[in-house]
Amino acid sequence: MPVDIDIAHVARLARLDLTEDELEAYKSQLSVILDHAARVQSLEGDPHVESAHPLGLVNVYREDEVRPSLDREEVLAQAPESVDGFFVAPPALDNP
Amino acid sequence: MSFLTDLNIVEAGELLRSGEVTAVGLLEAVFDRAHKTEAQLHAFLTLDYGGARAAAEAADDHLAAGIDQGPLQGIPVALKDNMCTRGVETTAASQILAGYQPPYDATVVTRLRDAGAVIVGKTNLDEFAMGSSTENSGYGTSFNPWDISRVPGGSSGGSAAAVAIGSAFTALGSDTGGSIRQPASLSGIVGLKPTYGTVSRYGLIAFASSLDQIGPLSKTVTDAALTLETIWGHDPLDATSYAGPYPDPASGLDLGVSGMKVGVVTELSGEGYEPEVEAAVARMIDQLAKAGAEIVELSLPTFEIALSAYYLIAPAECSANLARFDGIRYGHRAEGATTEALMARTRAEGFGPEVTRRILLGTYALSAGYYDAFYGQAQRVRAAIQEDFARAYESVDVLVSPTSPTVAFKAGDRVDDPLAMYLSDICTIPSNLSGHPAMSVPIGVDAQGLPIGFQVMAPALGESTMFRVAAEVERLAAFAAKPQLAEVVS
Repeated sequence: MPVDIDIAHVARLARLDLTEDELEAYKSQLSVILDHAARVQSLEGDPHVESAHPLGLVNVYREDEVRPSLDREEVLAQAPESVDGFFVAPPALDNP
Repeated sequence: MSFLTDLNIVEAGELLRSGEVTAVGLLEAVFDRAHKTEAQLHAFLTLDYGGARAAAEAADDHLAAGIDQGPLQGIPVALKDNMCTRGVETTAASQILAGYQPPYDATVVTRLRDAGAVIVGKTNLDEFAMGSSTENSGYGTSFNPWDISRVPGGSSGGSAAAVAIGSAFTALGSDTGGSIRQPASLSGIVGLKPTYGTVSRYGLIAFASSLDQIGPLSKTVTDAALTLETIWGHDPLDATSYAGPYPDPASGLDLGVSGMKVGVVTELSGEGYEPEVEAAVARMIDQLAKAGAEIVELSLPTFEIALSAYYLIAPAECSANLARFDGIRYGHRAEGATTEALMARTRAEGFGPEVTRRILLGTYALSAGYYDAFYGQAQRVRAAIQEDFARAYESVDVLVSPTSPTVAFKAGDRVDDPLAMYLSDICTIPSNLSGHPAMSVPIGVDAQGLPIGFQVMAPALGESTMFRVAAEVERLAAFAAKPQLAEVVS
């Protein structure tokens, strides 16, 4: 299967602001890797995919109890910018 | 002349309990070794002098008061820098986390502290554990104490180099595709990945969550068992944690291999394998036969495509896990007029080339139109590998192979060829895809004096069997070589 990658689209999905040169370099490297990875298509048969977990664990639940959480000040101290107990980010949309 | 740093955990523990050495004395010896070798090795990103000193003094106080916290009490331990340590910088060797001080400890860190272990510092790795040489670190490469022009392997290369040179008695690493076993092999020490789910991943900075598993890098098989016993066990903070019962890894260390069936995987040999590595592994298999094991050659055909499946599944999971690094809540932030522009610039600036490559690869493999051909098919290969393993374990107790097809390679040799680098993990990846335990034990050196590792694989929760065989391999190999750099500093 020939691997044709719309690398600019993939970079946009991944939120990576790359230059044209970087995009070209990654595109050619990804082609080589995907060429090798496409060997998964040589698998014969169709095994049943049940769980990635070797011990067959299922989802776990816990009681919805109030418990102590991380200290808010300590957590916010790691943020690039915070105000009044909130993380600060620029607007989600461009200002017209 | 012998040094405190040459001791193993059992020997050091005896001296601590007889009062011949103190935990502070062991720590000073370890820091002295680090000071003499870090300029060449760069095994550590952070040495925590203050925290380590306080922990060593506390261990000495407890010992003096007759409080025995177990085999790791007072023992200097190094941690791969993708495990969170409260208040101590944790970067996963990424510039995007420069300066990050976690507000909590990983569960393994809590367990080590509760056992009286002395955490000396945070070791170097490939950025976010993606790589096989530490050359993808955002803070510079680590080097191999057996030959400082070569890499120590990776991604847990800093932990491997630190234990090999004596800058820690034992260390923790994480293994997603071989990242404990391959550096242990290239650095001449013991390393193992336990059964998936047995060591909590809470506080481990995630790379590929269905594959990641923490485990020990140690000087001896017994030390590895003691380290594993300290860190594993059920943890409600990790939804994939195994509740029990747990095997006793040390229960069979002295039993030998008489009557055991050892499977040799035919796929893990041939083209790409160095002749000296293959010869050393073949010699060990002969020795195991002479020691009473029955040797069975086995074919596990899906191993041929395990690497391909891995390089779809791991990047897919990585692309999702690393979405959290966005410049909003922690770590590096770039300027941007909108949230999206800020995120995209932050990530482009903060991630190195290999991490960027894998995020792109994973995003592509998961994207509409390609999902079933790549990710879906890789999951089917994974299931087929688990079936192959299950069939093999119907007729043998363990499987064996080289750990790495080559000895330690020169720094710079593979950096421009991602696929060649990925092939370093060809022997280790199947056990990650199956979730089974696997272990590397040093068995000799090649003509250049570089260590060769022997891999023992076992079924899920087969740690007792795996350790039993590994201990016999260790006895038969009688590996006594020392790294070149150790001669220089002695």
